[in-house]
Amino acid sequence: MASAIEAENLVKTFGDVRALDGVSLDVPEGTVLGLLGPNGAGKTTAVRVLTTLLQPDSGRAAVAGVDVLKHPNEVRSLIGLSGQYAAVDEYLTGRENLQMVGELYQMSARDAKKRALELLEWFNLSDAMDRTAKTYSGGMRRRLDLAAALVVRPPVMFLDEPTTGLDPRNRLALWEVIETLVEQGTTLLLTTQYLDEADRLAHDIVVVDHGKVIARGSADELKAEIGGERIEVVVHHPDLVPEAVAALTPFAKGDPAVEKNTRRITVPVSGGARVLADAIRELDARSIEIDDIGLRRPTLDDVFLSLTGHATEDEDAADEGGAAAKKGRRGHGKDA
Amino acid sequence: MTTALPDAAIGPVPVVRRRGAAATLHDSWVVAKRNLRRMTRIPEIVVFGLMQPVMFVLLFSYVMGGAIVIPGAPPGHDVYIQYLMAGIFAQTVTFAVAGASAGIAEDMTKGLVDRFRSLPMSRAAVLTGRTLADLVQTAFTVVVLALVALLVGWRIHDGVLNALAAFGLLLMVGYAFSWIGALIGLSVRSPEAATSAGLIWLFPLTFISNAFVPVSSMPGWLQPIAYWNPFSSTVQACRSLFGNQIGPVPDAWPMQHAVLVSIGWSVLITVVFSWLSVRKYRRAAG
Ligand SMILES: Nc1ncnc2c1ncn2[C@@H]1O[C@H](COP(=O)(O)OP(=O)(O)O)[C@@H](O)[C@H]1O
Ligand SMILES: [Mg+2]
Repeated sequence: MASAIEAENLVKTFGDVRALDGVSLDVPEGTVLGLLGPNGAGKTTAVRVLTTLLQPDSGRAAVAGVDVLKHPNEVRSLIGLSGQYAAVDEYLTGRENLQMVGELYQMSARDAKKRALELLEWFNLSDAMDRTAKTYSGGMRRRLDLAAALVVRPPVMFLDEPTTGLDPRNRLALWEVIETLVEQGTTLLLTTQYLDEADRLAHDIVVVDHGKVIARGSADELKAEIGGERIEVVVHHPDLVPEAVAALTPFAKGDPAVEKNTRRITVPVSGGARVLADAIRELDARSIEIDDIGLRRPTLDDVFLSLTGHATEDEDAADEGGAAAKKGRRGHGKDA
Repeated sequence: MTTALPDAAIGPVPVVRRRGAAATLHDSWVVAKRNLRRMTRIPEIVVFGLMQPVMFVLLFSYVMGGAIVIPGAPPGHDVYIQYLMAGIFAQTVTFAVAGASAGIAEDMTKGLVDRFRSLPMSRAAVLTGRTLADLVQTAFTVVVLALVALLVGWRIHDGVLNALAAFGLLLMVGYAFSWIGALIGLSVRSPEAATSAGLIWLFPLTFISNAFVPVSSMPGWLQPIAYWNPFSSTVQACRSLFGNQIGPVPDAWPMQHAVLVSIGWSVLITVVFSWLSVRKYRRAAG
């Protein structure tokens, strides 16, 4: 598949800060790349370079095969950008905002007006379209901003933390919009601090920290990489624990852990749901009464923790844990 | 948002191919429309922009007019306002600097400029669109100010055509100065700082000039500076075109060729500052 977005060894420094320290990306046409990382990791800088807003110190990038540094204006007519902060004019109405963007994309006034109305309807902003954006809620502004990015039906879109600051309902609604766009063939680069967001929307995930790519792969690959798939069983009576451990040992990929007081047994496994089904059958055959059983997969939070030694939201821990975490880091085989 | 897209999400939209100057003009007009709309939504800006010169007219002509003696003319309010208005007009149009600097600085700190910079539009349009909108505001202010001045006794004494030429010259100067404002707005990056930075240097510029008192009353070493001040030639040109000159025009060369010098300054300022501003805007990475 052809690449819609390519970046090779992008470096961008601000004084002493290496915001991008050799980032390479490759997003095949029609797929979603989730750029995942904590605050200050370099996500916005990467988006700004790829959308022609910022010149990198070195490296090269292309969008839809067009060189970003050599032909920025051509790139601009192929992309839609919804930045980290909604880029709408507060003193213009929703309709005027979209119409202006359409006209600046060189549409005729009539076409821009028509397109604005379509988008306002799709984003449920028709009722508010003649009010100034100043009166809009955060969610409405986000939607207007996303609509502005969609004016020319761009084949490649960049969304920088599209759901940060949104309530869960608006967040879900925005996810649905994004999924529709992707279904219809849009290539998307999405940055996020939310692991569940990347998990749900992205085909491929690139984890960045301190301007460097520290891991890449699909959500499943990243989870598989740190392993840690396990079955958790809670037996009905403490006396059942030894027999349950015996029943589960054939499936175990390591030593089972037992928490006596909660009657919980945790067994590392590999093989997913099939192993879980086998385990349930085995426990049932031995008539061991259980209160609860489940397959626990690591979340992307676990992935992040294992890669960087700090959780995603924890800025301070980033620096303290940095050195220790580096030793534990495991590079991923798949490279751009 | 649960309804299907009204249209395929991706695919070409009809666009008009414009090139070079046509593209810059179109985009500038779209941005100017946006700025004019904003002015109607925040009328305070226009109203306060008007109040300052109107207040100057009333204060200078009624409070100080009686005390200032113009050589070759009898003292008095009616005489001084004839002398004064060219200065007030010139001061009003140069204050377009503050509007442009504050407006551009605000645009640069808001996310909207990223939208503009990510669009396939002319790189100069954000700035020309601002200066064009300011030109419209300046024209409106000048018209209202002229009406107020007529009410308190100012008169045109040299025909309507010459007066129109004076207004044309004033707009040209105002346009030039709004480019200085654009560069200031791009340099300071905070709307509050931009307002002060836009205004502060205008006070010496307007007071070391022939706007309010004759240059001949200033110390000798200051006189050449005052005569070559672009502000003075504009004032002198307007004074002559309005037929408001009292006594002979000063002998200094820039005063004898005031219209020419004023146009020259305006063109020079527009060319230099628009070039510097557009270059700075292109480079602004923030
Ligand atoms: N314009 C700038 N000037 C100075 N430092 C910057 C600038 N933009 C970003 N940075 C720094 O670069 C690093 C990466 O920032 P950014 O790309 O915004 O991260 P993210 O979007 O992942 O939160 C941060 O340390 C940030 O402080
Ligand atoms: Mg960011």
